[in-house]
Parts: sequence; structure tokens; C-alpha cells
Amino acid sequence: MKEEVCVSESKHVVAAEKGDKTGVSRRTFLKGLGAIGPGTIFFSAGIARQAKGQYGPTYTDGLSAEQLTAMYTDMLKIRLWESKIKDLILTGGFRGVAHLYVGQEAIAVGVCNALRKDDYIASNHRGHGHLIAKGGDLGLMLAEITHKATGYCKGYGGSLHITDMSLGILGMDGIVGTAHLFGAGAAYGIKVKGTDQVAVSFGGDGSLQNSFFSSAANAAAAWKLPWIGVIENNAFQIWVRSSDVYGIQDLARRADGYGIEGRVVDGNDVLSVYNVAKYAAEKARAGGGPTIIECKTYRWYDHYGAGGAKRGVDGAFRLGYRSDRELRDWMAKDPIPRFRKFLVNEKVMTEQRADEIVAEVTQAVEDAVAFAKAQPVPKPEDGLLNVFAEGAVPLHKS
Amino acid sequence: MSEKFFWEAVRDALKEEMIRDPNVFLMGEDIAIYGGAYGATRGLYEEFGEERVRDTAISEAAIAGAATGAAMLGMRPVAEIMYADFLTLAMDQLVNTAAKNRYMFGGRTKVPLVLRTEGGAGRGIAAQHSQSTEAWFNHVPGLYLVMPATPYDAKGLLKTCIRDDNPILFVEHKMLYGTKGEVPDEEYLIPLGLADVKRAGKDVTVIAYSKMVLESLKAAEQLAEEGIDAEVVDLRSIKPLDVDTIVRSVRKTGRVICVSEGCKMNGVASELVSVIQEEAFDYLDAPVRRVCAADVPIPMSPVLEAAAVPSAEDVVQAAKDLLG
Repeated sequence: MKEEVCVSESKHVVAAEKGDKTGVSRRTFLKGLGAIGPGTIFFSAGIARQAKGQYGPTYTDGLSAEQLTAMYTDMLKIRLWESKIKDLILTGGFRGVAHLYVGQEAIAVGVCNALRKDDYIASNHRGHGHLIAKGGDLGLMLAEITHKATGYCKGYGGSLHITDMSLGILGMDGIVGTAHLFGAGAAYGIKVKGTDQVAVSFGGDGSLQNSFFSSAANAAAAWKLPWIGVIENNAFQIWVRSSDVYGIQDLARRADGYGIEGRVVDGNDVLSVYNVAKYAAEKARAGGGPTIIECKTYRWYDHYGAGGAKRGVDGAFRLGYRSDRELRDWMAKDPIPRFRKFLVNEKVMTEQRADEIVAEVTQAVEDAVAFAKAQPVPKPEDGLLNVFAEGAVPLHKS
Repeated sequence: MSEKFFWEAVRDALKEEMIRDPNVFLMGEDIAIYGGAYGATRGLYEEFGEERVRDTAISEAAIAGAATGAAMLGMRPVAEIMYADFLTLAMDQLVNTAAKNRYMFGGRTKVPLVLRTEGGAGRGIAAQHSQSTEAWFNHVPGLYLVMPATPYDAKGLLKTCIRDDNPILFVEHKMLYGTKGEVPDEEYLIPLGLADVKRAGKDVTVIAYSKMVLESLKAAEQLAEEGIDAEVVDLRSIKPLDVDTIVRSVRKTGRVICVSEGCKMNGVASELVSVIQEEAFDYLDAPVRRVCAADVPIPMSPVLEAAAVPSAEDVVQAAKDLLG
């Protein structure tokens, strides 16, 4: 990694994981900001300088109260919408598999808010959060997941394969790591077109070992593509603990081998993620090439489904491959109340307004459920459509 | 005899062979601590330790490639690719290296590799986790292809495969793991290339493999109620193929339905039709029928998924058409 700042951030995260009290925590740092009214500039000049020293160029100071509130709302949307999926699984009203994103909301929201509407994201199997953060419709997503004919992908794809190209979403994908290639490919397309768009790919800690990530990163570095590779290090690749199959702890160190700037951020801190993503996006737009961002976080649920989970209770417990204590430690770093507390402290919103937002999002999720429920299922013969550009499968005989 | 789940039969085969031969080891994604995505390696990590039951990073190329290299040394790796769909990621190692190795080197090397994988539809997990990809591999010289339908066959065949000196793709249908069947308590092996007549009959031959054997047997029961006596031949291994048993059955019934969960075009069933017309044309009383998946990716919606893959009803209908 080129910049010292990311190393110090990385150390901070590692220290925080270990419960080490040394070093200034992000929250303590932000607490020192003092009261700032909604809509005003976020960081004082002094604080901005300090932040620049610690995080590099600071972009959070450009965020309005409205944007901050929208980020909080988006994080809640992901949390509550996915909790509804969990309920559906637990009550038997769900078929197939869903890979829940809960606990990682700060990453999708931090990254996608640093992007423009016309920027691209390539998502993976754990991608509901990315889609919602990029503007995905809760009702159409739920209709797809409950295999309705009018869902985003007409019931062909389900939870693993949802997309909306109009929002710059290049699709979720069930093959681990391929999103990085699609993202870098899109970035190449952007370069050829000559626009100042950016393409982001999301992958977990398990997304680095097939050839995709390596090929994407190498191409992006060689041709200075406007690509941002986001590694969501949630500690597990499927059920294998990543530290059991990697020789390094900070995966962003790989970036150096490609000649790319690598950053490590606290993936449970939406502003940290936003700040680095915004920096990377601005750099890419200005022709500065790619960035690899590793976000340290933790998966609250099982690899897929709701094993070990209960209705009305967050998190999946008593899973054989991890301890409940480890999960609880990470749940204590829940990005949503953390951000809410910050916003209230900074007087961006009141507790009352924050509660109203919870109620609004809860209602939006209920509306999505009602919408999805009312949608028709596909007709069996529809399965022969969309195989080719011409539509149906050509008949072998008349 | 005792009743075992399909997954238990697979696990018991692995366990017995690991005890018998210290050169047998396992590697794959989530096979150790978690016990396999479908539970077929449960308990083996605890019993044999991480050197012989190895969790890998998510890299199918690494799994197939490393297993091939180890096999060339005389080890007997049983590698697992979590889904048959992910075989694409191990394709080069399997097709260009493992399968061709002995041939390219003029018989000086051998690759005693078993690559286990889970295939097939039925769980609503859509196009990248539900395919039947066996036809791709049946086309590859140097690679055996084994697809059992029952716990008994799974155990006996897997043990044989581990002792065999060829690279073998061993495909377990994901909807079979929870099925039960009688398995002998004493050791037994089932030779490769030996089909099993799962139900004797005289009116029509139904040739199937993997989960489609169960669908075909269900169909045979329905057909029996309507006075049609179907013979169900379970191929068990697709390569080597038991042509003798197929021809013997065709001679008896004169009517054949080839059933496969793979897509119809260029599928395993197509190969069976070719073999039958070459070897038993004079005994046929009707054109050979194929009952296969539609030529579509597997869709997620249960309505569409059920429509895409064959069922007992499709086999019943085909039999009635043939005898009608």
C-alpha cells in the first residue's frame, strides 16, 4: 500500500478487534468534532486537516444533512428488508437460498453513496445490500426472491441473480469472484467510451483466489482503469475462516503486487467507507486509476439461510464454525446504531426523527411484502422464453 | 444390512478407504470443519485431521490442480467441487491435465484422482447451482463418469473409484443426499461399467441414472397400474458404459426411453440413442425416446424449475406414447 494512512487505519481496526484500547478510535475521533447543525459543513478546518492526516483527503465534509439521513435510511432498508427475508425463511415461506448481508450495511451504503447514479457496480451472491444501496426497488427485489413473474428477473434468477441495469447494476453473480472481472471489464468499457464514470466490484474475502480478482486487478493497473475493487472481509469464505487459508491478515496488501493503491477501512463505519470510496472514485474519474479497498466487517448470519437464527433476534448463533462470543463482539460494533448515535450527537437528526425513519422503513418493507405477495407466479411455458435473443428455444421439429 | 442416508454412504466409503489406505486424502471447500456443503464429509476432519481433510480457499482450479499433482505422486486424492456448475472453474485442470496426463506421457504416468461434485436441480437455487453438466465431461477422453442413484451404489462405487487408477468424476445429485437405502454392514465393491436393472419388466426399457432412476421407478409403478410393465436400467456409471445390459434389455422389450436430467441437445441420452441404434437396431419396435431437461438454464421459480427438468410423469407419458 502506498499511503501510510491506510496502514494506521488498518492497525486501528486490528487493535479494535482485539479489544486493545490504545490508539484513537474512529468514534472518539468523531466525537471530538463538536456540535454541528444539519446542513452545515461537517468538519472544521482543523478537524479536516487532522482527518486528512489520518484518512487521507476527507470527503465526508461535503455531505449534507439530507445525504447523511439518506445513508442512514438506506442502511436500515437493508437491515429490515433482509430481516424480513430471514423471517420468511424461518416460517417456511421461502424456497431457494438467500445470502444475508446484515452486519455489512455500512459498506454497501458507504460505497454506493460515494458513486454517481451513472456509475456501475458489479455485485456478488451476498448482494442484496449493494442493490438496495444503489437504488434497487424493495418490492421488485422481494418479488424476484419469492419467484414471481413480475420480479426484477421474472422469477428466473431469485436471490442469487437480481439485477437492474437502469441503476448501473451489472448483476449479482453466484460464482465467487467473477464480479471483479465484470467490474474491471465495465471500467474498460468506460475508458473506451471516454466518459468519467467509475465501476466498482464487490467481493468477499473469498473472492481473491480464483483467477478473476488477479486478472481484474492486473488489467485495471496496467491500463489505469476507473475501477474500485471492494473486498468485504467478513472473516468467512462460505464456512471456512479466512485466516485459515490466507497467509496475510490485511488482504488489501495484495494491491501493492499489482501496482494499485490499497486501503483498509473499518467496514462497520459508514463514513470511513464513504470517505475512502469517494476518494477512490474521484481519483478514478480524474484518470488516476484503480483502488482496492478492504473493509473489515463480520457476517452476522450463516453463509446462506437462517440456520441458528430466530425471528425478532438479530444474528445467527450456535454455528459450529464460530463462537457466539465472537459474533456478539462484532454485533456490539453494529454499524447502524453507531451511525445513528453519531447523527444524533452531531444534531443531524433528532432521536424522534430517527425513530420516524425506522417506522417509515418498516412500513416500506411491509409494502414490499404486500406487493410481492400480490404478484403472479410464472407460467410453466414462460421457462422456454429468454434463452436466446429471439426468445423461445428453437424447436427441433415442427 | 442397515438403512443409511445417501450422504452417510458417501461418508462411510471415504472413511473406510482413508483407514485402508493412508494415501487417500480429501480436499475441497468447506469439507473439513463444516463437513461439506451437503454433509458428506461430516466427522472426517475430526477423525483424520487437517492434513488428510483439508479446507481450501475458494479456488476450484487450485483444488483440481493440486489434487492432480498429488495423484501423479501416487497419492489418492478425493477432491470435492461444491457444485457441478463450478466445474467450469476446474475444467482446465480436469480436462487438459488430469484426463490427458497418462495419454500425453505415453502411459508413463497415472492420475488416480476422484473428483466428487454435487449436481442437479430441485432446490430453487437457479442457473449457477443446479445444472447437470455431466454431458460435457462424457465427451472427454481419459475421464470416467460415475453417477449413482442409491446409497448402496454410492458407497460401493465410490470405494471402487478411489482404488481405480484413472481420473474419475463422481457426481452426486443434491436431492439424493437425504434419501435412504439399505447398505451392507460388510465391505463390498461395485465394479465400474456395470449397470443395474433396478426393476425388471417386459414392455418398455427405461434407461436412467442418478436421480432420474428414482423418477423412472416412480413412473414404472404408475405404468404398472395401467398394465404396462417397464424395466428400469440404472447405468450407475456413464463411462465406462454397460452396453451389454442395455442391449439385453432392448432385445427383451423392443422399446426404449432414455432419461437424463441434463439438457436434451447433445446430452447423455443422445449418446445412449446412438449406441442403441448401432448395437440393437434390429430389435427395436419403435423409435427410441429421450426424456431430458428442456434446453434452458435452470430457472429459480419452482413452477419454472419443475417444468425445466424431467419428472416421473414425463416418463409415464413417453411410455404411453411408445406403447399407444
